[in-house]
Amino acid sequence: MGARISIPGINSEAATDLPVLLPFRGRPAGEAEDLRFSRWVGSVPPYYLLAALCAAALWPLVVSAQSNYTQAEAWDALWRWMPYLVTSGFALNLLISFLTMLIGTLAGVALGLWQISPKKWIRKVAWAITQAFRNSPWLVLLFIVMLAFPFQIEIGDTVIPIPDWVKAVVGLSLPIMANISEVVRGAIQSVPTGQWEAAESLAFSRGQTLWRIILPQCFKRMIPPWMNWYAILAMATPLVSLLGVEEIVTLSRQAMESEDNHPELLMPFYGFCLVIFFAYCYPIARLTISLEKRYAVKL
Amino acid sequence: MTENNWDSTQPIVSIKDVYKSFGALEVLKGLSLDVMKGEVICIIGPSGSGKSTLIRCVNGLNDINSGSITVEGQEVHDEKLDKLELRKKVGMVFQQYNLFPHKTALQNVMMAPVLVLKEPRAEVEQRARALIKKVRLEGKEDSYPGELSGGQQQRVAIARSLAMQPDVMLFDEVTAALDPETVKEVLVTIKELAQEGMTCILVTHEMGFARELADHIYFTDRGVIVEHGPPRTFFNDAKDPRTKEFLSQIL
Repeated sequence: MGARISIPGINSEAATDLPVLLPFRGRPAGEAEDLRFSRWVGSVPPYYLLAALCAAALWPLVVSAQSNYTQAEAWDALWRWMPYLVTSGFALNLLISFLTMLIGTLAGVALGLWQISPKKWIRKVAWAITQAFRNSPWLVLLFIVMLAFPFQIEIGDTVIPIPDWVKAVVGLSLPIMANISEVVRGAIQSVPTGQWEAAESLAFSRGQTLWRIILPQCFKRMIPPWMNWYAILAMATPLVSLLGVEEIVTLSRQAMESEDNHPELLMPFYGFCLVIFFAYCYPIARLTISLEKRYAVKL
Repeated sequence: MTENNWDSTQPIVSIKDVYKSFGALEVLKGLSLDVMKGEVICIIGPSGSGKSTLIRCVNGLNDINSGSITVEGQEVHDEKLDKLELRKKVGMVFQQYNLFPHKTALQNVMMAPVLVLKEPRAEVEQRARALIKKVRLEGKEDSYPGELSGGQQQRVAIARSLAMQPDVMLFDEVTAALDPETVKEVLVTIKELAQEGMTCILVTHEMGFARELADHIYFTDRGVIVEHGPPRTFFNDAKDPRTKEFLSQIL
């Protein structure tokens, strides 16, 4: 244990009787802090990508000079596999991310609206669901959905198989739903209460107030955090490879195995995964940040 | 719904022995006042005395703990009351204008009649344009609230309330957030309304305005009406020491 730092008024006797300004704690969801991920990805200057590629190409040359499988052969292997990895592997990652975002957004908007319901018990339940799924490890949720869901549904005589990737979509939708729920709640609550009162005094119903007055005002505010969550989700899709879904990381592993598992293959194949995810998320992150800035000025 | 035999010889707004508290804080402690059709009444008093809460209770934005408030004979705080019916009768203008920032001035005025009253758009538009002209904002129909000054926004807010064709207008410190030079244009608008016979209940700090226009002035302090009367006697001949003190500070 290091020396305990004494902060007057917080963990030691205050030196004055004037009120002490306590440290700032937290901030509501849907605000700038939530865009950490996009800020971070978006802050990478484009030429870093090139530098990283060069490093990736050079490093294994040093490591495995003694093997008779050359680095050039490894790159050759990647080149052969690349179309398959992209069209079968990465395409599935994208499909999972699109469907997850679609389901997560629809469910999240509903959950977010329930979080501001006039009925107390609906608010409580929606809040509890939101917090539960927001604060659970994604992988644990994925495992639960994977194992708890049947691998096929029988309706009469017809058997409808449920592929693993569909279950993965369900599993990933849960945390996305919870986080979108917070985005929606935060955005709605950022609209001044005077707007609700003005609408109420003009005899608008609650539904009319929400859809005609409140949501149109905060729709723009929801876009940057929504995109931020999409980028996080897209980056998280390789998680499902742990469950055997044949997306890009699973296929890369299989490809390397069929190329006799030479260590020289690691950097080209996994490096390619990194590059393709970065290339996909980078423009999204940049757009998120620029939209954030533009909308911030308008409000 | 209760049977309604209200006629215009009875008070249009009647507040009887109203109590209201927010948690442990008692804001209104047995207030009563009557407003006749066409009257202009001003409620004045130090801040925190419950003035705003009182008029917010009149159109049901706040509920009350006990007592009764009726508008045209209808109990406002009746569970079965159709809030829409009440709010068609009672318009309200706020200190912070509360215009809808994503709609133009004209759309702000038209929205409620079109969406709530389901009136034909063309008819509403005609009325809305006339109202905007009436508050002297001709040419600003297509401006967004963000492009208008505080005084102009407040006049749009007045037009927006009038578009519902209310019988009573509530004004909650409508000039308190305005620059001094734009206060007058808003007061002129309210004055014209009053002279046309609109029943107006104002919470205000504009003493000159209250003196000139009010039929009756109520002075509230700590949740009760301390003193009331027509402006002449109220301003020249205040009896209660609290009223005297307040007036000496403000005049």
